[in-house]
Amino acid sequence: MRAFFDFAGKRVIQWMDRTHELMAFALIATGVTVTKFNVAPRVIRPLVRAQIHRAGVRLLPMIGFLGCALGLIIIGQTVSLLTQIGAHTLIGTLMVTVVIRELGPLLTAVVVLARVGAATVIELGTSRAQGEVEALEALGIDPVHYLVVPRMWGLAVSVFALTIYFVLVALLSGYLFAFLQDVPLPPSEYFHQLAAALRWEDFAMLTLKTAAFGIIIAVVCCYQGLAKPLRIEDVPNATTRAVVSSVVACVAVDAVFIVAYLLI
Amino acid sequence: MNTAAETIARPPVIEMFDAAVTSARAPGAAVISDINWCVSLDDYWVIGGPTGSGKSDLLATAAGLQRPLRGVHRIFGRELANLHEADRLRERLRVGIVFEDGARPFPQLTVAENVALPLRYHSDWDEAMLRQRVEEMLEVTELSAFADSAPSDLMRALIPRVGMARALALGPEVLLLDNPLAGLGPRQERWWLNFIASLAAGHPSMKGRKMTLVVVCDDLRPWMNQGRQFALLKGKHFLPLGGRADLERCNEPLLRDLTAAHSS
Repeated sequence: MRAFFDFAGKRVIQWMDRTHELMAFALIATGVTVTKFNVAPRVIRPLVRAQIHRAGVRLLPMIGFLGCALGLIIIGQTVSLLTQIGAHTLIGTLMVTVVIRELGPLLTAVVVLARVGAATVIELGTSRAQGEVEALEALGIDPVHYLVVPRMWGLAVSVFALTIYFVLVALLSGYLFAFLQDVPLPPSEYFHQLAAALRWEDFAMLTLKTAAFGIIIAVVCCYQGLAKPLRIEDVPNATTRAVVSSVVACVAVDAVFIVAYLLI
Repeated sequence: MNTAAETIARPPVIEMFDAAVTSARAPGAAVISDINWCVSLDDYWVIGGPTGSGKSDLLATAAGLQRPLRGVHRIFGRELANLHEADRLRERLRVGIVFEDGARPFPQLTVAENVALPLRYHSDWDEAMLRQRVEEMLEVTELSAFADSAPSDLMRALIPRVGMARALALGPEVLLLDNPLAGLGPRQERWWLNFIASLAAGHPSMKGRKMTLVVVCDDLRPWMNQGRQFALLKGKHFLPLGGRADLERCNEPLLRDLTAAHSS
């Protein structure tokens, strides 16, 4: 029994330490964004654009495919079921709650994490292991400013934009499925339902939440890649840790947002 | 060499008093202790030490990239630890460093972008001036033909020159070189020795200003006719040996070892 508590206690303390370090890292990166906002814009801004291109534009086909699949598989079936039992007035509320508030942001975040977050840890871990971070410092370039800040804001914008696309594609393809199944629901009714169920908070929350997911992924992945001096052979472990921590952190933040929805 | 008046007007370039240097790999432990070292303007220091004697850590500390464990470290008469961030950056940029093992160019940038990066970050030059300076740096390091290649596409022996061009781009007054001849063939070795000698004598690309140099190496032979001040790292201590004439009188066994034909 004692051993169990020792073990559990140690894990909790480890977990708290890591959370604490991550928060500190996020604060440092945010601080650098503010204090160095006008430092070297012609170096940093193209890097932000490159991140948006990499995490946003290039993921568009993948997000479109997933949105389409989700629409056809889940939404279409839900719509046709609800209409069959005469509960089609619930369609709007259901779609807004499930797709716009929850599935859209979370699935998009997971896709971005898998495609970009993991690569970020490997990239930064390798550069740290090869001394490129020190080389940046030697040139008077703040590594947080050059490596972390563009990723943070690039990913925040990317997750936000991709979520919007994801939601649009999923809702449209969902209706398409229902239409193909001859569900007696005119498009005007479907979109009217959706529009009626949307509240202004949904837009604000969607923006905040997706940006938070992007920042979390960037901060966790950069932290795992940069914060400690890695050896090349540590990079795979750091990558796994980053993916797990990012998912946990995103879900935790998601829970906070659910509470916020309930309070509003 | 300097008159008394000049010495007072211009503080020594790098000073260390009772300083101890720590290692990035084992922070907290002293690799070299009790360093009393003063680099004056236009000096050409050659510091020999066997592998693992802390040569790279000494250079990183001298350049202000690592904090000394104890003691005083000044660059141009100012103690870095006491300076405000902007001042610290300004002093640090007067010291360039070329790292060991290929000089760590950034692999995701082309050769020209590598050289341009510090200029883009720190100066407000327009693109034309920038390009001109980059071309000049590539010309003096004989890399013009490879401007648009990735550093990893270059021949191995040429890669350190990218780091050299990058370190010189901002026109530093002091250049620290970490074992620059390691792994080079005789032809490349001769190029480096000639180029470094021309920097010491005042290279046209540095507006003819004589450059203060510090070289650390594990084979003193090529440097015997180049350096003006010599020192050894032996058993965690910094041993200044004096000028070229003093070397002949010195019967330190490590000196004989580092100048023997079999050492590499």
